[in-house]
Amino acid sequence: MTPEAGSAARKRATRAMDGAMILLILLLVVQIWLLMASVESWLAGHRGVALPAAIISGVLFCGCVGLVMLAHRAGRTARTPGAGGVTPPR
Amino acid sequence: MSEQPVSCPREKRLWSEEFSVAAGEQSFVERRQLGKFLLLTSAAMFAGQLWLLAKNAFTERVHTIWPRKAVAMESDLAVGAAKVFSYPGPQDNCLLIRLDEERFVAYSQKCTHLSCAVVYSAGNRRLECPCHEGYFSVEDGHVIQGPPPRPLPRIELERSQGQLFAKGITVFGEEEAR
Ligand code: FES
Repeated sequence: MTPEAGSAARKRATRAMDGAMILLILLLVVQIWLLMASVESWLAGHRGVALPAAIISGVLFCGCVGLVMLAHRAGRTARTPGAGGVTPPR
Repeated sequence: MSEQPVSCPREKRLWSEEFSVAAGEQSFVERRQLGKFLLLTSAAMFAGQLWLLAKNAFTERVHTIWPRKAVAMESDLAVGAAKVFSYPGPQDNCLLIRLDEERFVAYSQKCTHLSCAVVYSAGNRRLECPCHEGYFSVEDGHVIQGPPPRPLPRIELERSQGQLFAKGITVFGEEEAR
């Protein structure tokens, strides 16, 4: 890979990771709000909210796992030898 | 004798000592770490929801038959005074209030907003929740002011030979269960 192509790939990967992080933060905000709202309703006696809220929170968590995996893959692709950088120690 | 050119690799090495991690690589590491942190937080939120679900499953108590329990002697309570007792379980605090010579009322002490303990304010003749200033009527437990969405659950009382017994709970919107 030429240095120019490597740098372009790196830029793309960085952008993909940034996008994934922003989405991750959004999902997390929804999850925090969901926990707050369901605890409030539960304390107010609406016990039926616990199950749907747990399911939605699980789905959001799976979304977060997917986004982190996506970000890792993007980072790994850009760190192929010749892409203009040393693979950092894990 | 010709001059030796300055070797480029040596300069590079000096520069690298100052910046031992390539800037591009560092940004990847930072993003990965942020990703891990966010994922952990998300896992914690999910665990919180599961905890709520588990608590829901284990604390669901259906009282089809309420116990009959002595809570106080009539003579123990002066007019306008209140007494805390537990009913039906030891963790379920309730308030017994003597309104006048003949009338006694009792309510669950758990505020219907976020479960803070309500207290009786004899001067204002109402039950007050200190958390968000929710007020309940002492006559029937309905909400006078504040965020509580429902009246306080009312404890059914029975008087027998100068003694007061709790014998059931009436929850707003639910059928009376005994
Ligand atoms: S907990 Fe009682 S008013 Fe909020």
